[in-house]
Amino acid sequence: MPRISHWIVRRLSHLDGILLTLVLVLLGISLAVVASASGQSPARISGHLINIGLALGVMVVMANVPPHLLSRVGPPLFFAGVVLLIGVALFGEVRNGARRWLNLGFVAFQPSELLKLALPLMLAWYFQRNEAVLRAKHFLVGGALLLLPFLLILRQPDLGTAMMIGASGFYLLFFAGLPWKVILGGATLGAASLPVVWGLMHDYQQRRVLTLLDPTSDPLGAGYHTIQSTIALGSGGLFGKGWMQGTQSQLDFIPERTTDFIFAVFGEEFGYVGAILLVVLYLAVVARGLVIAARAPTLFGRLMAATLSLNLFTYAFVNMGMVSGILPVVGVPLPLMSYGGTALITLLLGIGILMSVATHRQLMTR
Amino acid sequence: MNLATPLKNLDRELARFHRRLKVGAAFVALLAIALLARAYYLQIVQHEHYIQRAESNRISRVPTTPNRGLILDRNGRILAENYSAYTLELTRAQTENLEATLAEVGKLIEITPGQLRRFRRLLAESHEFETVPLKSRLTDEEVAVLAANRYRLPGVEVKARLFRNYQAGPGMAHVLGFIGRINDGDLKRLREDGREQNYKGSAYIGKTGLEQSYETLLHGRTGFDQMETDASGRAVRMLSRIPPVPGRDLRLHLDVELQAVAEHAFGDYLGGLVALDPRTGGVLALVSKPGFDPNLFVDGIDPETWKLLNESPERPMVNRVLRGIYPPGSTIKPFMALAGLELGLRKPADTIVDPGFYSLPNSRHQFRDWKRGGHGVVDLRRSISQSCDVYYYRLAVDMGIDRMHDYLAQFGLGEKTGIDLDGESSGLLPSRDWKQRRFKQPWYPGETVIAGIGQGYLLTTPLQLATAAAILANGGERVEPRLVQAVRDPRAHTWQPLPGGVRGQMAIAPANLAVVRQGMMDVMRPGGTAARSAAGAPYTIAGKTGTAQVVGIKQGARYEASRLSRQYRDHALFIAYAPAENPTIVVAVMVENGGHGGSTAAPIARAVFDYYLTGKRPGELKLEVESAAD
Repeated sequence: MPRISHWIVRRLSHLDGILLTLVLVLLGISLAVVASASGQSPARISGHLINIGLALGVMVVMANVPPHLLSRVGPPLFFAGVVLLIGVALFGEVRNGARRWLNLGFVAFQPSELLKLALPLMLAWYFQRNEAVLRAKHFLVGGALLLLPFLLILRQPDLGTAMMIGASGFYLLFFAGLPWKVILGGATLGAASLPVVWGLMHDYQQRRVLTLLDPTSDPLGAGYHTIQSTIALGSGGLFGKGWMQGTQSQLDFIPERTTDFIFAVFGEEFGYVGAILLVVLYLAVVARGLVIAARAPTLFGRLMAATLSLNLFTYAFVNMGMVSGILPVVGVPLPLMSYGGTALITLLLGIGILMSVATHRQLMTR
Repeated sequence: MNLATPLKNLDRELARFHRRLKVGAAFVALLAIALLARAYYLQIVQHEHYIQRAESNRISRVPTTPNRGLILDRNGRILAENYSAYTLELTRAQTENLEATLAEVGKLIEITPGQLRRFRRLLAESHEFETVPLKSRLTDEEVAVLAANRYRLPGVEVKARLFRNYQAGPGMAHVLGFIGRINDGDLKRLREDGREQNYKGSAYIGKTGLEQSYETLLHGRTGFDQMETDASGRAVRMLSRIPPVPGRDLRLHLDVELQAVAEHAFGDYLGGLVALDPRTGGVLALVSKPGFDPNLFVDGIDPETWKLLNESPERPMVNRVLRGIYPPGSTIKPFMALAGLELGLRKPADTIVDPGFYSLPNSRHQFRDWKRGGHGVVDLRRSISQSCDVYYYRLAVDMGIDRMHDYLAQFGLGEKTGIDLDGESSGLLPSRDWKQRRFKQPWYPGETVIAGIGQGYLLTTPLQLATAAAILANGGERVEPRLVQAVRDPRAHTWQPLPGGVRGQMAIAPANLAVVRQGMMDVMRPGGTAARSAAGAPYTIAGKTGTAQVVGIKQGARYEASRLSRQYRDHALFIAYAPAENPTIVVAVMVENGGHGGSTAAPIARAVFDYYLTGKRPGELKLEVESAAD
């Protein structure tokens, strides 16, 4: 028996106390908000609890995987993902006008989800291999590795996911030392090509952007989500209407209020004070992640920790920006808050990697 | 390869990484600030705006329509009431195929062609999402059949509604008017008056008659239930309730039995009659024949019936008492006589010799008296009782048209009486100015002559004649006619009297008025033009007959009623009050194509007086109007 408890203590010793506390507080809030948003639906609450349990389990497992082992998973995972994306392009299932799903017979899934982790892993592995001899060609290869899945996802089409995956790849290149000249040059080029991009965008994508600029132009269609979520947020005021007291939330005015639009429920019931608290919690997670990155002994660890931290905040920003009406409506859940197993597991997997980086101090072996 | 280079690179790369971490942190901070700034704008700056939008999202106001007020006669008999019944209604937007649905409904219950026509007309006037009644007053069996088949008839509904019923019949139609469905024109008017809110949920509005003029009181105030509703519009709970205030009940001066007596007295004749209480102006009876069934209009009239009513040569939709304008003929004479006395142009004992005609100085044109050969020696009283034309030709010429205009204007001729019904005509009281303005022509002396006997440009409504006669009867008080004497809040059960309108007191020398009134009493005595109509009355009557020409008579020709087809015969006029010493009722009668006032119009007035003053009613007349439980 002592051996088993010793084993458990060793496994748990790989958890990072600060991150764990922050994650648990966020998940606690999430549980309360999901309970309110679902109208205290027992099925939703228990489902959410199961998801949280599973995700925390995944986190503990990942925290115990040493970074050098993890880095080896990068290339096969990445290429598998790309192959699957090509498979989607050739044989994928069309849902809602986009070819995003791959039906493997027993399960249908979106390979683009896989790339959210596989791309940073692949790039971090690549830069780790070329540590200390980094030159322009490595960034060119890195850029090519980024563009391959990005373009494949973009033409599904799934602009939201493509942007998120593109962002994670970019963060990694950025932390790996992508020259400022390239960054600024690329930004300028991007801005200049905006009209061309607009022309290449699909109708529904253009409509989303237009709706963002003026939600009232389509109050019952695409604008409805944004209108109702901004009303929910705005009517929350400084302190909010109180838990389970949000009229927009409780009377079904907010669509998808346990998942993508959960921030509207939260903002309505807990107000501006609640919003500040939530943003501060996310900032604390990011801060802890960056500290872990700064202290990480290997380049792989540094790059992964920094990228995952920024990635998490990007997801939070895109979701809250969409709910509060400053970004177009894209299907991005709010990290650690939205109901939904896949997203939660992917996120805590990332947190687990952060913890692994934090607690595995030995240098990587080549 | 020098080992120092990678190591140096390693240090450089680590330092760069740490710099980049700071940039990353700054980037995240920037995003966080952007988010919080946006949240600040929404939740603090715009909070009031959004809280209102959230409230209007969640709260819906459901109107509750007030019950419309009843209309009762002076004795509490119900003239207009409400009853609830089931109607079959269709919403075009919800039917898959309107024609198929109609055919299907037609198989289940009987739909008459008239109902179908009416439905199509209403459909054409309404919006796609409005419900339009197809058949009202469904029987219990019809309701059951429709309810059983509702599932296969989308857009078809059976609704319980309050209906207006006018049980007093066509005779009261011109007084009560009717309500009808609110149309675009009504809606526009309501919006302009700011009354639109009060008609949320109301389907009907008063269109004519009392229903129109007392619409505000009859309608009441719409109540509102504040309901909390979810996004799909389902009511979750009631938040607050403003109950509706029911419409006021109206109690009329009018006696529905007197009305029936008067209508009956017309026999086959068409025309108008109005009876007033000269002390208050209260309208005791108001008959315009023919009438129509106001119930036809409540749910929208079908186009064919409407065409029939509207294009009938008898013009049943025109209220003759208010809108029928006729030359007053000889009924103007008592007023002319009073003018002559008051203006000092005549003394009661002044006489003329009537040769049967009158000519203006230096003119060969003869203005004839209605009596060939004339009336001989005539003083003022005789001029009234005999209706001597030549007396008034001369008086008019002595007076001049402008003084005539000014004096008669005091009796309210040429202006609206102010009765509490819409649409009355103001008639026409001519003057030199008026003619100049209207025709750009000077006034001719001959026009003054005929104005003296109520012919020419002068036009009056029966109501104006009655109001003017009331002034003679009550000693100079200018009362406004009123139909409604009191209103009642049905919850309070107490009647509040509505004060009648008074337009001031005419200063008339009592002696002058007495002479004119004597003349009018002489009319009803042996030798007077309406003596027969007063025979055997246990009270005294004062009156004046008149004839309004329908066709002009050529110079030198004679008017022979027997030779003219009925529609070209003169209209018979009669004004009277009784009891002559202390009048309690004034009547003005106009009988279309009735010929002489004395022979057709006066007997009608007599019947009204008999009933009002002695309770006598024609044996064959039955009344079936139920009394309201007070």
